[in-house]
Amino acid sequence: MSSHRLAGEGAIQRDQTLSFTFDRRGYTGHPGDTLASALLASGVRLLGRSFKYHRPRGVLGAGSEEPNALVELRTGARREPNTRATMIELFEGLAARSQNRWPCLAFDAAAVNSVLSRLFVAGFYYKTFMWPAACWEKLYEPAIRRAAGLGRASGEADPDTYEKAHAFCDLLVIGGGPAGLAAALTAARPGARVILCDEDFLLGGRLNGDRHRIGGESGALWARRSEAELRSLPEVRLLTRTTVFGVYDGNTFAALERVSDHVPVPRPHQPRQRLWKIVARRAVLAAGALERSIVFGGNDRPGVMLASAVRTYVNRFRVAPGRRIAVFTACDDGWQTAFDLIEARLDVPVIVDARRDPPPALCAQARRLGVRIMPGALVFGTRGGAGLEGIEVRGEEGHVSRVRADTLAVAGGWSPNTALSTHLGGRARWSEAIGAHVPADLPPGMIAVGAASGELSLAGALRTGAAAGREAAGSAGFDAPLEQWRTEEEPVGSARLWSVPGCRGKAFVDYQHDVTVEDIALAVREGFRSAEHLKRYTTLGMGTDQGKSSQLTGQALLAALTQREPAEVGTITARPPYTAVAIGALAARARGAQFKPCRLTPSHRWAEERGAVFVDAGEWRRARWFPLTGEADWRSTVAREVAGVRTGVGICDVSTLGKIDVQGADAGAFLDRIYANMISTLSVGRARYGVMLREDGIVLDDGTVARLQECHFLLSTSTVHAGRVMRHLAHARQVLWPQLDVQLASVTEQWAQIAIAGPRSRELLARVLGDALEVAGAAFAYLACAQFLWHGRPARLFRISFCGELGYELAVPARYGEAAVRALMAAGGTLGVVPYGTEALGVMRIEKGHAAGAEINGTSTAADLGLGRLVSARKDFIGRVLAARPGLAAAERPALIGLAPLDRRARLSTGAHLLPAGAPATLSHDEGFVSSTAYSPTLKHWIGLGFLSRGRERLGERMRAYDPLRGEDVQVEIAHPVFYDPAGERVRS
Amino acid sequence: MRYSLASLLRQACSGHRGWEPAWRDASPKSAYEVIIIGGGGHGLAAAYYLAKVHGLTDVAVLEKGCIGLGNAGRNTTIIRSNYLLAENNPFYELSMKLWEGLEQDLNYNAMVSQRGVLNLFHSDAQRDAFVRRGNAMRLHGVDAELLDARRVRRMLPILDFDGARFPIQGGLLQRRGGTARHDAVVWGYARAASGLGVDIVQQCEVTGLLREGTRITGVRTTRGEIRAGKVAVSVAGHSSRVAAMAGLRLPIESHVLQAFVSEAIKPVLPCVVTFGAGHFYVSQSDKGGLVFGGDLDGYNSYAQRGNLPTVEDVCSGGMALMPAIGRLRLLRSWGGIMDMSMDGSPIIDRTPLEGLYLNAGWCYGGFKATPAAGYCLAHLLAREESHELARAFRLDRFATGDLLDEKGQGPQPNLH
Amino acid sequence: MRIECPFCGERDHSEFAYLGDAGCARPAPGAADAQARFVEAVYLRENPAGAHRELWYHEFGCRSWVQVTRDTRTHEILEVRLAGASAAP
Repeated sequence: MSSHRLAGEGAIQRDQTLSFTFDRRGYTGHPGDTLASALLASGVRLLGRSFKYHRPRGVLGAGSEEPNALVELRTGARREPNTRATMIELFEGLAARSQNRWPCLAFDAAAVNSVLSRLFVAGFYYKTFMWPAACWEKLYEPAIRRAAGLGRASGEADPDTYEKAHAFCDLLVIGGGPAGLAAALTAARPGARVILCDEDFLLGGRLNGDRHRIGGESGALWARRSEAELRSLPEVRLLTRTTVFGVYDGNTFAALERVSDHVPVPRPHQPRQRLWKIVARRAVLAAGALERSIVFGGNDRPGVMLASAVRTYVNRFRVAPGRRIAVFTACDDGWQTAFDLIEARLDVPVIVDARRDPPPALCAQARRLGVRIMPGALVFGTRGGAGLEGIEVRGEEGHVSRVRADTLAVAGGWSPNTALSTHLGGRARWSEAIGAHVPADLPPGMIAVGAASGELSLAGALRTGAAAGREAAGSAGFDAPLEQWRTEEEPVGSARLWSVPGCRGKAFVDYQHDVTVEDIALAVREGFRSAEHLKRYTTLGMGTDQGKSSQLTGQALLAALTQREPAEVGTITARPPYTAVAIGALAARARGAQFKPCRLTPSHRWAEERGAVFVDAGEWRRARWFPLTGEADWRSTVAREVAGVRTGVGICDVSTLGKIDVQGADAGAFLDRIYANMISTLSVGRARYGVMLREDGIVLDDGTVARLQECHFLLSTSTVHAGRVMRHLAHARQVLWPQLDVQLASVTEQWAQIAIAGPRSRELLARVLGDALEVAGAAFAYLACAQFLWHGRPARLFRISFCGELGYELAVPARYGEAAVRALMAAGGTLGVVPYGTEALGVMRIEKGHAAGAEINGTSTAADLGLGRLVSARKDFIGRVLAARPGLAAAERPALIGLAPLDRRARLSTGAHLLPAGAPATLSHDEGFVSSTAYSPTLKHWIGLGFLSRGRERLGERMRAYDPLRGEDVQVEIAHPVFYDPAGERVRS
Repeated sequence: MRYSLASLLRQACSGHRGWEPAWRDASPKSAYEVIIIGGGGHGLAAAYYLAKVHGLTDVAVLEKGCIGLGNAGRNTTIIRSNYLLAENNPFYELSMKLWEGLEQDLNYNAMVSQRGVLNLFHSDAQRDAFVRRGNAMRLHGVDAELLDARRVRRMLPILDFDGARFPIQGGLLQRRGGTARHDAVVWGYARAASGLGVDIVQQCEVTGLLREGTRITGVRTTRGEIRAGKVAVSVAGHSSRVAAMAGLRLPIESHVLQAFVSEAIKPVLPCVVTFGAGHFYVSQSDKGGLVFGGDLDGYNSYAQRGNLPTVEDVCSGGMALMPAIGRLRLLRSWGGIMDMSMDGSPIIDRTPLEGLYLNAGWCYGGFKATPAAGYCLAHLLAREESHELARAFRLDRFATGDLLDEKGQGPQPNLH
Repeated sequence: MRIECPFCGERDHSEFAYLGDAGCARPAPGAADAQARFVEAVYLRENPAGAHRELWYHEFGCRSWVQVTRDTRTHEILEVRLAGASAAP
């Protein structure tokens, strides 16, 4: 085991061993390993298969830009597809599987695609699969869909929890490498509030993977000491395993903390991940740079790795990615990999440098170490099966040599990690100096430092980091001294080699999506010559690495193929998230039963005791009906409740209706402008039905208005429109007519309101109210209202009725709602009081022809609803002017009608359309629809409400209620919408 | 060159060296019979139908950047014709019929995939509204089915049927609905139009309109003045800005709508699903990513990007509907500028200025309308009269009160 | 986006509900061309790419209507004040 583990310290804990499995085989590693380092340490090099050709792939890098080494992590409901082995922190019992292969990783049947690769070029699917047309959905597409996709989702509900957290700071440091640590230290020392986030579980960035020295100590040690100092400062929060993935308006940053991904299952009461929303006065972008590969034949063979990643595995994880490691570089930086390998006593057969004249100092050092160097040479091919065995090099003079190597470290230069700098729409700028894009046009308050800004040296990182930290501290009122950290000179330098001409074998630009240099040439040939078109046509950069490992190279190749400079081609706008984020983390607690709040009525507990069946009405949960044992079905329950109200007395909690308190000297005048009917003429102690329009002339809502005192009104709104009406009124008061003396308050939550309805409701009320309020006879006539004290508490009574019987609504402070209901039930025992739910309420309102949500649907005018007579012609009000537009006043508009089946046994269905009797079922004969239906226990047949063109002139007409969706087609008779007590005698009795 | 398996095989043998540009990258002439401003799906489709149906080929499509990178390349690729209103439903059904023959017509595989669009309902009231809509569809011969929860469960076992705050009661299914590959639609129309002689001019931003009295006679562009008999504006998201060049104000606001895609996974979703109790709709692309979206951010914006609260809102809708996607990762998000009209329905009409035509106000429904919008705009331009199925999409309907408000939200674009 | 509410201080925009164009005052209802003016005020709202005066309602806060001047291209908030006459320009 661990045949590839090197001696020496690194950043792993050798004294502990962790067991894990990959494709069901057992391996071991150490704390501090990633899955990638532990597998490499065990000699495993084949980790995955590519998307299209199913080519064998190994580890390319050591960070979040990894395009190849994707696995399914964990099992069962916790299975997580497409997880980067380079970012998985090893834990005991970890189980990972390879993906997108069948039957197994070593032998993948779909690798036959590679043979067909001459057909499967970029965009081939746009040119074929068109004939016969019907075969697309049946044959071609299913095959493509099965072949596509990477890993498998678990298919089960995610068992873990997620949470959200908010934070505010003076400075957010994005990245905990040398530049970020320098910025954080500088700003935090004088006292600025600093948050530092790093996606790694170890702070230090490249300091952990390289053998830098700062002030005489190793870079890694400097990072540990800096971390310790930061932890000791009270205003600093260090968040490791935390990726800042999005920049949003208002200096808001989104970060994902992987709280429990490094343990087998989250510890008790811990979330799996935490979404941080950070508002930062200043941000320092210290996200470093990403090393590029070079495009050459067979550059995807397992064993071909980024040179910096090879260094990281050797120095940080003490793993030798191979035994014989060749280096192919286009810049100075690659040489350092060779030197580090030699330091680790590994065999470096050759350094191939594409440049004719590498710096003499490097050459001299290589010679001193006995490494063969090939300046001006290019690797143009690789040999081997599912792992690298050798490379083919073309020398300066064109001679070809083969070098045996099991690993090739490729150094194609560094690209600043600009992604977060462009989330708000800024564009990165092409820097000729480093041959890559650098941040320009940053989000407000953001400063880029270190490698992320194009400062590729350690000294530059520390210097720019500290300066930015000082600036940020200054903006928060802290004077921060600058510390000068001493570092050694180091070779840096830019590379400009994108691809090797004259390659043998496929040369990949985008590893994950199998986009080759030939695909790019084909796209250019076909006219896809902008970076964005190239991306869309070839899928370059659209993989899970979001193009981090391929985008720039692809664009540079596009530039070369179209004889342009990279600056002219431009780049793709990076969009959030920086790395992919679990959807569960973005939702956090808002899922399952907690998706939305659940609002309970004041009498909910009592209703539960009575065995009520509940229904969700928006966020409210209301009693739908109250079944009694022995009742056959809910219809008989509802029929009993309706009969109970119509013949005796029933009670219903109607607290969900919106209630708005309106007070002030101009309250009446204000409400005249709000409602289509006159309100100011209402006497104190009286209530009135009111209808309000939107400014476009359509009905917004209806309800009652009660005048409690001269300057005090109380409005009720429908349950569903309570919020919108409040907003509408607040707008009218604050924006349209701020000069009026009127104040508004929503009191929906403050008052419980209980409907008491039925011929014996007066009797019941008299019993419970006693001397508190006189309700007998003319003392409390229809539409009266009153405020009074009941048991020493404020109470209100309104004589209003939705169901068409003698009825009242009693309001008490919300906390007494349940007690009031219990008191009414107790007092009504001998009167046979029945509690009734929303269903019986609905049946009774249809019997009475009252419009509700299905009728007041945002497209009806007052006239459509038969409320035209309410609309006042004596005043202005919101909606008056536009309601007069010809389209809203046309005679053929649909009007509210009632309907009943000709065959009284037939049932009606809501949503049926109304067609003239005998007319064919076509759209041209569609004259209306059925909006609400119910079985009327009172009339003993089904009734409905609906809208019919010129409906009011057509009472008695016979029509078809046509519902092909449910296969129903019923003959109906158009009727007046009020089926029950049309004269309204019962409510006035 | 015709696209086919045979031509692909032939090219494969010769290293694919013989493929030609999909469309000509034209330089603008000094004058055209018709200029269409906007190289999105609608503009290119209109140009194609002008040439194909009406024989008008002296046509230029002017695009300020590269074709298809506005809303045509930023939508969630859904096609459907499940509309309620008698003015909308036949129009979208025309579009659906055109989708159904699109690939053969254009000789370009736009991957029109009629895998079904399912609108879930979670309350009786919602069911009733869907039944009314489904019946309106059936009256026009459009397919619609009402599914109960049991059948939805059989079709989509991945949805949450047990612990949901708003349990799924059923759904309205249009089997002929589905998705199409948005970029391919753009490229297919561009290639076909270009093949018929239409000039597609990229990197040509219109900066002003040439005007003689009340007549528009051409455009001023970053590549010079171009005269035209007729100018059509088809620039969803920016309609107000182009109209302002003609001194017109439109009943339109520009709003940002975000869209999202997850990492690619093996198939889990056979159709398009919309959640009825939150802001979330989703489909799975052929590549394997879940493509999803939700509500507008809700404020006027030209920034082509949104903010975090909407991202959270959409993802919580997704988790409420299918908690199995919790560990699946959101890969990319982006924003498009929606041409939100005041009643939620589009405008295809003449303007008060002679020679200036408008195709606008598509809200977030523009992609599915691409073929029919192009078809009807071409009809209007060629015949000087509205196509019978687009007659209600008038610019003056706000003044006359003949509104086309499917949702009943009123003149509040962010609520449509 | 973060909006500086005159009463509550700086708050995330998700606490606010949006109405839109703050420039369209309610026309005089009695004017001879009232209908045309109302059509304009209700339907032809400003939609600039740039600074936009708009109304937001601090619904999950103090329930004030505020007038925000915001750049619609960058979402930069340039000014916030109370809406209505008390905030006359």
